[in-house]
Amino acid sequence: MGRKLLLDKAHIEGIRYYDTYRSNGGYAAAEKALKTMGPDAVLEEVKKSGLRGRGGAGFPTGLKWSFIAKPEGVPRYLVCNADESEPGTFKDRYLMEFIPHLLIEGLIISSFALGANSAYIYIRGEYAWIPDILEQAIAEAKNKGWLGKNILGTGFDLEIYVQRGAGAYICGEETALIESLEGKRGNPRIKPPFPAVKGLWQCPTVVNNVETLAAVVPIINIGGDEYIKYGTGKSTGTKLISACGNINKPGVYEIEMNISVEEFIYSDEYCGGIKNNKRLKACIPGGSSVPVLPANLLLKTAKGETRMMTYESLADGGFATGSMLGSGGFIVMDEDQCIVRNTLTFARFYHHESCGQCSPCREGTGWMEKVLKNIEYGKGKMSDIDLLWDIQRKIEGNTICPLGDAAAWPVAAAIRHFRDEFEWHVAHPQEALTRNFGLAHYADPLPAPVAAV
Amino acid sequence: MLLSSFAGKNYIKMAEEKKLFKVKIDNISVEVEPGTTILNAARQIGGEIVPPAMCYYSKLQGSGGKCRTCLVKVSKGSDADPRPMPKLVASCRTTVMDGMEVSNITSPEVLEARKGVVEFLLLNHPLDCPVCDQAGECHLQDLSYEHGADSTRYEFKRRTFDKVDLGDKIKLHMTRCILCYRCVYTADQLTEKREHGILGRGDASEISTYISQSLDNDFIGNVIDVCPVGALTDQTFRFKNRVWFLKPVDAHRDCENPKCCGKTVLWMRGNEVFRVTARKDKYGEVEAFICDTCRFDKKDVKDWIIEGPRKIERHSVISQGHYVNTVKPKDALVEVLDGRQPKLLFNIHSESQVNRPDIDLSKIHGPAHSDDFKK
Ligand SMILES: Cc1cc2nc3c(=O)[nH]c(=O)nc-3n(C[C@H](O)[C@H](O)[C@H](O)COP(=O)(O)O)c2cc1C
Ligand code: SF4
Ligand code: SF4
Ligand code: FES
Repeated sequence: MGRKLLLDKAHIEGIRYYDTYRSNGGYAAAEKALKTMGPDAVLEEVKKSGLRGRGGAGFPTGLKWSFIAKPEGVPRYLVCNADESEPGTFKDRYLMEFIPHLLIEGLIISSFALGANSAYIYIRGEYAWIPDILEQAIAEAKNKGWLGKNILGTGFDLEIYVQRGAGAYICGEETALIESLEGKRGNPRIKPPFPAVKGLWQCPTVVNNVETLAAVVPIINIGGDEYIKYGTGKSTGTKLISACGNINKPGVYEIEMNISVEEFIYSDEYCGGIKNNKRLKACIPGGSSVPVLPANLLLKTAKGETRMMTYESLADGGFATGSMLGSGGFIVMDEDQCIVRNTLTFARFYHHESCGQCSPCREGTGWMEKVLKNIEYGKGKMSDIDLLWDIQRKIEGNTICPLGDAAAWPVAAAIRHFRDEFEWHVAHPQEALTRNFGLAHYADPLPAPVAAV
Repeated sequence: MLLSSFAGKNYIKMAEEKKLFKVKIDNISVEVEPGTTILNAARQIGGEIVPPAMCYYSKLQGSGGKCRTCLVKVSKGSDADPRPMPKLVASCRTTVMDGMEVSNITSPEVLEARKGVVEFLLLNHPLDCPVCDQAGECHLQDLSYEHGADSTRYEFKRRTFDKVDLGDKIKLHMTRCILCYRCVYTADQLTEKREHGILGRGDASEISTYISQSLDNDFIGNVIDVCPVGALTDQTFRFKNRVWFLKPVDAHRDCENPKCCGKTVLWMRGNEVFRVTARKDKYGEVEAFICDTCRFDKKDVKDWIIEGPRKIERHSVISQGHYVNTVKPKDALVEVLDGRQPKLLFNIHSESQVNRPDIDLSKIHGPAHSDDFKK
């Protein structure tokens, strides 16, 4: 059994409420941090832990915190990104719904380290019932003296506010989130300045994912040195993976970042194998934005090594033969799934969610969707495949925010690895309406890599 | 807000000692003040190495960064950190560093990306230049001509919107809009109440006014001048004439509005004033904003003190019928015909009766018809 740090107590009846959470060791980390450590020591511990942002980009959290500007007399803010809208990702929801106090405690410790006296939880509008859970937890914590003025007599003040979004994926991008939090249209800002210098209300701000902030609690409890032992290399600690698709046991799993992708899919502890004894065709390991991989490149890297559930191993080979851990939205596709259709679904999503500020993303996402729709519905041309490639190439890297890249990558990866499936759709338009391309050669063992000289 | 605060480079607050940054753009060196953007550094050099800008507007705070036509490559970050920047950057929003090296037209990558951006901007554009009032002074036309491909790869229905009247003076033709946000910043920064913004998202975004407010602010007419395309046009001028048939002259009046500079360009034909605009520099930016009274209500020459002909960039189609700084090409025909004049078969103007100065086109309601000349 893998060890757990976040969900270890998730099964305890009533852990949602303060008393149960507290009597099971909750708020010990907050007490330790505020009473015995001081902000710098907390930051040091987080740096030592090697914790990387769980929101998608995997940026080292301690480093991010150390960037925050500290001008005299200007307030600093901590914002918790609970917008979780990436297709395939639903891990933060689990944390907030079942152990809200873990997030509150993480927010207290992190705000303390950053010197922030106000923290905001920005939560996606569709999680309509969760703000009540969070606000109840905040009220309980405040009641017990963990929030408000002069917490634990340390002189540290903190209020936590919950703000609901209105259902836009783009408001998960940190600067769009800040705009929305300020009551404006959720358009990403043009950077620089970065939030660490000018964020919420033009004040220094740190934006962190829910899971990132929750992970600060065990880091303080067990110490950064101990936390590192839960992972591999620069992928330290545990990671929540929301697994979905054609697997026997979809759900949220906490893994130590030292298991293989194969183990994660097939072991009974996690996904429990492919549903209905079908064969694995492809997988999107980190949420809809990351490149899709065919089975043969998913389980083994191009170098022939076992692919592990870590930031580094999933990214091994770059975009040519690798993918990303991303936000941990693990989408598994069996032999009956159609890559073209799946790519179309994602393209439709990004088209719908583009904020429309910059030309390549505003116009290009809709164009890609239309071309993909033609291919999927038997009206495509061979030249459309190259056209798609060219469109995605002209979006990628040329936009204001990474949504443009996120729209381009899935299309690029699908064509890169599954070009023959696209060609088959074009060449057999009638047949493609009635059946799928199937597994084809996508699970065949790859030719042995040529040994490096 | 005081209009003068928009002018110039108000973003530079320099300390006593002024150390200039050395920058190289397309191998041409220039020294600029810290805080200058790559685009403005390029404008200091001038000429063809200046990246095109469709959304940036120096007089509007926060503008730029959106259209992506001004993308450039930073091949060397600075002397202190010579690493190149990993992606192309928007030159209008990226400030220079000492020792920075930038490639614009010398980088095939930039030209390729820009071509892509132009294609994206034109993707859903109606290409209705023949009936668009902006034709001849449209930045999208110029941009496509200089940087675009010669045909489209888009095979789908283009997005359309209904035309909307923003009050009785401004027409919004959203289908032509490139969402540069300039009008939004203008309305935000020049007028008292915010009634003008963007609704919807992605390619369904549209300019809108707050519950169809008529926008009767005394500076709202400036949105027409800042709009790079024909999405916002002057209702008092719509379909009245082609800009290149008009003669632009600089004029001023002692405007009663304290915030208005009263310095304008009158677009005339004979003694008729067809329209009034602010004066624009060579990058299409107004020199100073003007009030709606000057723009919409002073259409009589007697309202104005004429200064003289406006200098128009020679490459502009507007200068084609003009008089200043133009070299009239030699009429080769006369030479070929040994000095004899070609035989005039018939004069199309007198045949069609269109060229009748006694009919005031500007007084006709709506577009002119052949009926209007028969009388
Ligand atoms: C289009 C877009 C959507 C995003 N959505 C989310 C989200 O829902 N939740 C999240 O935590 N981060 C999201 N991010 C990443 C955030 O911008 C930011 O990097 C993250 O919140 C930083 O937190 P971390 O350092 O803890 O990972 C999104 C980014 C983009 C570009
Ligand atoms: S990339 Fe897309 S979502 Fe991001 S700012 Fe540009 S238009 Fe908006
Ligand atoms: S209406 Fe004109 S100025 Fe306004 S956003 Fe559209 S193109 Fe820009
Ligand atoms: S002018 Fe720079 S992005 Fe539009």
